[in-house]
Amino acid sequence: MEDLDEIIAEFLVESHENLDQLDSDLVALEQDPTSRQLLGAIFRTIHTIKGTTGFLEFGRLEALTHAGEGLLSKLRDGELRLTPEVTGALLTMIDAIRELLSAIEATGQEGVADHSELIATLTRLQQGGAGAPAGRERPPSAAPPAPPVGEVIVEHGAATGDDVRLAVTAQDVGDPRPIGEILVGQGSTTPGEVSLALEVQAERRSVADGSIRVDVDRLDSLMRLMGELVLTRNHSVAHAAATGDATLVRGAARLNLITTELQEVVLRMRMQPIDTVWNKLPRVVRDLGAACGKSVRLEMEGRETELDKTILEAVKDPLTHLVRNAVDHGIEPPQARLAAGKGEQGLLLLRAFHEDGQVNLQVRDDGGGIDPAVVAAKALERGLVSAEELTRMNERELVNLIFLPGFSTAATVTNVSGRGVGMDVVKSNLERIGGAIDVGSVVGAGTTFHVRIPLTLAIIPALTVLCAGDRYAIPTINLAQLIRLEGGKGQAGIERISGTPVYRLRGKLLPLVYLDRELGVAAPDHEERDTVLIVVLQAEDRRFGLVVDGVLDTQEIVVKPLGSQLEHVPVYAGATILGDGSVALILDVLALAQRAHLAGTGREQVRAAPGDADDDRPPTGPALLVASADRDRQVAIPLERVIRLEEIPAGSVEHVGSRELVQYGEEILPLVRLAGDLGAAGRSDGDALTVVVCSAGGHAVGLVVDAIVDIVEGGLPGRGVPGSAGLLGTAVVQQRITELVDVEQAVREADPQFFDPPAVPARGVP
Amino acid sequence: MSAAQLSTFSVADHQFGVEVTVVQEVIRHQPMTRVPLAPAALAGLINLRGQVITAVDLRRRLGFPDRAADELAMDVIVRTRDGLVSLLVDRIGDVVEVGEEAFEEPPESLQGTIRELIRGAYKLDHALLLSLDVQGAVDLPPAGGSGTSGAGPR
Repeated sequence: MEDLDEIIAEFLVESHENLDQLDSDLVALEQDPTSRQLLGAIFRTIHTIKGTTGFLEFGRLEALTHAGEGLLSKLRDGELRLTPEVTGALLTMIDAIRELLSAIEATGQEGVADHSELIATLTRLQQGGAGAPAGRERPPSAAPPAPPVGEVIVEHGAATGDDVRLAVTAQDVGDPRPIGEILVGQGSTTPGEVSLALEVQAERRSVADGSIRVDVDRLDSLMRLMGELVLTRNHSVAHAAATGDATLVRGAARLNLITTELQEVVLRMRMQPIDTVWNKLPRVVRDLGAACGKSVRLEMEGRETELDKTILEAVKDPLTHLVRNAVDHGIEPPQARLAAGKGEQGLLLLRAFHEDGQVNLQVRDDGGGIDPAVVAAKALERGLVSAEELTRMNERELVNLIFLPGFSTAATVTNVSGRGVGMDVVKSNLERIGGAIDVGSVVGAGTTFHVRIPLTLAIIPALTVLCAGDRYAIPTINLAQLIRLEGGKGQAGIERISGTPVYRLRGKLLPLVYLDRELGVAAPDHEERDTVLIVVLQAEDRRFGLVVDGVLDTQEIVVKPLGSQLEHVPVYAGATILGDGSVALILDVLALAQRAHLAGTGREQVRAAPGDADDDRPPTGPALLVASADRDRQVAIPLERVIRLEEIPAGSVEHVGSRELVQYGEEILPLVRLAGDLGAAGRSDGDALTVVVCSAGGHAVGLVVDAIVDIVEGGLPGRGVPGSAGLLGTAVVQQRITELVDVEQAVREADPQFFDPPAVPARGVP
Repeated sequence: MSAAQLSTFSVADHQFGVEVTVVQEVIRHQPMTRVPLAPAALAGLINLRGQVITAVDLRRRLGFPDRAADELAMDVIVRTRDGLVSLLVDRIGDVVEVGEEAFEEPPESLQGTIRELIRGAYKLDHALLLSLDVQGAVDLPPAGGSGTSGAGPR
């Protein structure tokens, strides 16, 4: 009996999933009523459920699915055409199946719900077609799971069942060979038969679902073990190098490689496509649209965009709310749309894409939009803002008032075209997982909600900085840019307003916060330093510069929670373990800003001024690292290629042939003189080289520049420069002609053999 | 009477004991990351096989003077309500079995933080073994000076 319970549980899980898929499929089918592929998929699902219910002796379910299957088979064979009535009946059937499944789940029985009317409808609709006898048996087309290869071989008569059993026994007692090989070894069959069987097996597996269900707890414990493995790896690699034993070092290097790959795989195992949330929405849109008397076309872009399972769960409700709102209140009724000169059918577009290490989700409708004046009046009426504050807001800020708690209640739904219902809840739900939402709207043309969420809560990209000898991580989500003020310019560039240090950043005053002073770990000589490093940070609507002692690198870090002893210290968002095994604190940028704000005198909140392009929407192009090379040339390197920035003493550069190399951690880093390679003379060797460590073809390479100037966002209009190898083009960045570096090409110019495969390509897992 | 098993260690020449079952392991001194703005008794964070663990310096927590710069503490990893915490102690002692009859409440005259954090003393043949309230020891009062910062984002 226990076995049967297990089978039923499995059947329930599988069926619920299948039904969710059916909802989407059926709605999609309405758009494309003749798609044999969709019809085939739907038919198979119902058939599978029917088959299993028959076996498990759930009579009602069987009768219902049987009627549905009959109708679907007609549709699939083209004997019937899909009408709204048919779709409606099929959707009702899915709901009825769900009901029955829930009853089974709760009580183990099907319950007493009567579906005879529905069955009659389904049967009647079937006969509306070519009049073939109802409910004739369909050949089973549902795919069974892939059978073991031994079974396939037996099926083909290439070996007997006894032979296979013998081979399996051999495996059980420790024979490491695959079953096919053992069979051939026994002389039971030929290699040709085995490979044929393997092909058949692979084919069946691709038809069946090539995945298994894994408990999330197990994934979590896998993650934990992975963390321990990484640390053991670090330890072994370091010690192996110290022994100088070549075999041990090779083994450690291999361990290193495999661990890194394994880590990636494990992390990816927790990722799921956004489609797992989206696939429930077509049904929501259809039903709600029908209820409101609206016709809405739902389009989705970026279904395959992946994010962490935990986050996926967390965005499900806010996203559904946004979609419901868009259909309910965003899109106008057909008459209003026609009157406004739009098509009768409204368009709801869902987009998902990765950008800046975040997942971006958009819900866009082409409805009536949100009127900022109405929002402003409502916010004023509710006492959420003052009239004076309103005068200082631009349209976008006004529309975003809908996220204020208490902005809207059910009573005000119609006044502000219904938007804002529960928007504060949506916002706080998203913020809980480190996400952000904003809304843009054009009256008469539509509304776009833009949600930005981290890829995963567990792993975030972060910038590692130095402060008073300690390393701290800053989430790059807060990072706007890096500024390095050098050689006396450092202190000169910093001005003071009644004691508060500020820096003029492109004509605007950037308040500065000294990290060491905020943390109370300042060394006395800080003021005198020549070089000042400013990390420009953005948190909510505050922008400020954090002065640090050094900027190390950007890397993906695993966020670890802090103990309860630190909950009264709000400036840390968690901790992480760095590559060398030491612990680094992660700074909570918003808390840091608040703390500095409270401590300072007259420090103003930095608010984006209307029309300030700098603080507007995230730019579309890739971020670029801008550096000066050869005194008066400015070059830009795609930031995604940059691994880290280094200062290397000129004396540590070693020469091998014509190449320049430098020891870099445990590796050897080839250097490429950017200045020299771009056709100009390299600068004379100072005492330190500024090196941009980039990835090129899977290797790290150091590009030598004069100084790092800035990091800018936004694509460059590439204009080719004839005759300049290693350049992608030129563009104007901060009023200067800037050359965009093609990293691969620049490296090849310096060392034509750089990308050639190494002599011993030892790779691959046994 | 039932006998209890206590893991013992010394802090500033005092012997302390905690139930053997709350101690996960004892490790030699670990490299630590300091935490600015944290309570003084919070010595820092250590990496225990990939887990970030708070280390509480029992000398500071109990109001004893700091240990000399060249003396390395030992980490006693204990299980608490909020997960693992490391207690920094001077030296590790044996596991001893103590009977209830040897137990006595802390004397009235004992003052200061130490009184709040010990449940009492076991009178051993050669010394007194103080029974440490582990949960109390790892619950740190907020650091002074930073004001009421409880309103920070959660």
